[in-house]
Amino acid sequence: MKRKMSPLAKLYIALIIVFLYAPIVVMIVFSFNSSVSTSVMSGFSTRWYTSLFHDEGTMKALVNTLILAVSSSLIATVMGTAAAVGINAMKNKWIKRTTMSVTNIPMMNPEIVTGISMMLLFVFAAKLLGIADALGFWTMLIAHVTFNLPYVILSVLPKLRQMDPRLPEAAMDLGCTPIQAFFKVTLPSIMTGITSGLMMSFTLSLDDFVISYFTQGPSFETLPIRIFSMTKKRVTPDMYALSTLIFITILFLLVLLNVLQIRGEKKLKNKLDKGVR
Amino acid sequence: MNKSSLTKKAIASPYMLWSVIFIIVPLIFVVYYSVTDADGAFTLDYVRNIGHYRDIMLNSIWLGFVATVISLVIAYPLAYIMARSSLNVQRTMMMLVMLPMWMNLLIRTYSLMIILQDTGIINTALSAIGLPRLKMINTDGAVILGMVYNYIPYMILPLYSIMAKLDHGLIEAAEDLGANKLQVLRKVVLPLSLPGIASGFTMVFVPSVSTFYISKKLGGNTVSLIGDIIEMQFKSSNNYNLGAALSLVLMLMIVVCMAVMNRFASDDDDGGVLI
Repeated sequence: MKRKMSPLAKLYIALIIVFLYAPIVVMIVFSFNSSVSTSVMSGFSTRWYTSLFHDEGTMKALVNTLILAVSSSLIATVMGTAAAVGINAMKNKWIKRTTMSVTNIPMMNPEIVTGISMMLLFVFAAKLLGIADALGFWTMLIAHVTFNLPYVILSVLPKLRQMDPRLPEAAMDLGCTPIQAFFKVTLPSIMTGITSGLMMSFTLSLDDFVISYFTQGPSFETLPIRIFSMTKKRVTPDMYALSTLIFITILFLLVLLNVLQIRGEKKLKNKLDKGVR
Repeated sequence: MNKSSLTKKAIASPYMLWSVIFIIVPLIFVVYYSVTDADGAFTLDYVRNIGHYRDIMLNSIWLGFVATVISLVIAYPLAYIMARSSLNVQRTMMMLVMLPMWMNLLIRTYSLMIILQDTGIINTALSAIGLPRLKMINTDGAVILGMVYNYIPYMILPLYSIMAKLDHGLIEAAEDLGANKLQVLRKVVLPLSLPGIASGFTMVFVPSVSTFYISKKLGGNTVSLIGDIIEMQFKSSNNYNLGAALSLVLMLMIVVCMAVMNRFASDDDDGGVLI
């Protein structure tokens, strides 16, 4: 079934890879530029990496981004998993369908609309409550939790559906309380869905610009927001240095994940082979 | 049993409350702001004024549509090749396709701008070998390129995942029954991959139509999209009411486009099943 790739197919793939990576390569190359230019290479230097680590604003933004991503993805994962369990148990078709449609809204809506709709809510609520600077960490946290929730729910729900509903019942027949049954039986069998939801939320939150942009205040700056305000003016290569570092981190994590996955599969295969023999 | 299913339903309630307050209510605010003026009095002025922006809206839809079609045309063969190659190649390709998505969109777009601009790499190279410089930045083409570049992974992934699941036996059966390559593509692969096309289309079209950063960086002052106009109302002109009215239109526009799109997809799908 698996044929060898034709040369034409190889060329096609190569062209697309070049297309996808050309801007990234340009960025990496110019992060080592010795002058401030981002179009003419004048020599090799690591000065932008040094200046990056001395840039307090950027470092602060990096920390802020991580704080926001960790907290919003954890909240979304807990609330979303609970919601998935609840939705899965719903008997009423109409309520179930409505809940799912509402869940889909943040995924289907253009980000800019989600962003401004929340901004309007926050601005209105702030006016009502008489708060001057409402936009900041808390509004961003709410916004991030909101756009993360659907991804958690949609990655946990299929796992719940795949699970045999008799398993927790059996646990309860054997003397577990419903809560014990949930933690000992249901939770382990939906764990893969929960972790993938958590990871997706974390990365989405890390990377989000549009929704953050509309719900953000001057008191709390994340990395994408900082990059935005820096690209308004002329960008210096230290932003490139930062992006290069992020890129390498992600590349490393992805390769690691892949290697672990392949190794896991090999182990499983070995086990199965031995079992057969 | 009854009691436990009751508690199960109850644990969805924090989420349900959350989704009402932070999904439904904000959308109601969009509607509210678009039919009131700055003092909160009812008015339809903003909704009526939207006619002024008709050309920009049509241009946004057009550019988004072109970018989506180009993405589809590029991604479709790639997904097909990927799905039919060895597992290792598939895994590597998936990684290579997803990796750029993890770079921030702002950086990717900015990099693209550096490449395309008048004194950028392409033009520097061209003039170095004695060719005339090309005008690339601040054109429709640059904006479309930016959209395709940033969102094409969203087209590749759903297409690939549906083609990887495609039963190869069907293709062989068609070949055995005398279909040539083109016929196999048209009568077997294409109909079966329609759901992937539909979801890829949505995932590229929606962010393309509503973008403001890509058009700002690659379109300069010459190409403005509806996203730019909305962003301006909220971030510089402070005209929330007009911004809300435009967002409402953008939302409706996308719903209509998607409905038309789904209509096509499901019609063809039914046809395929019937035959």
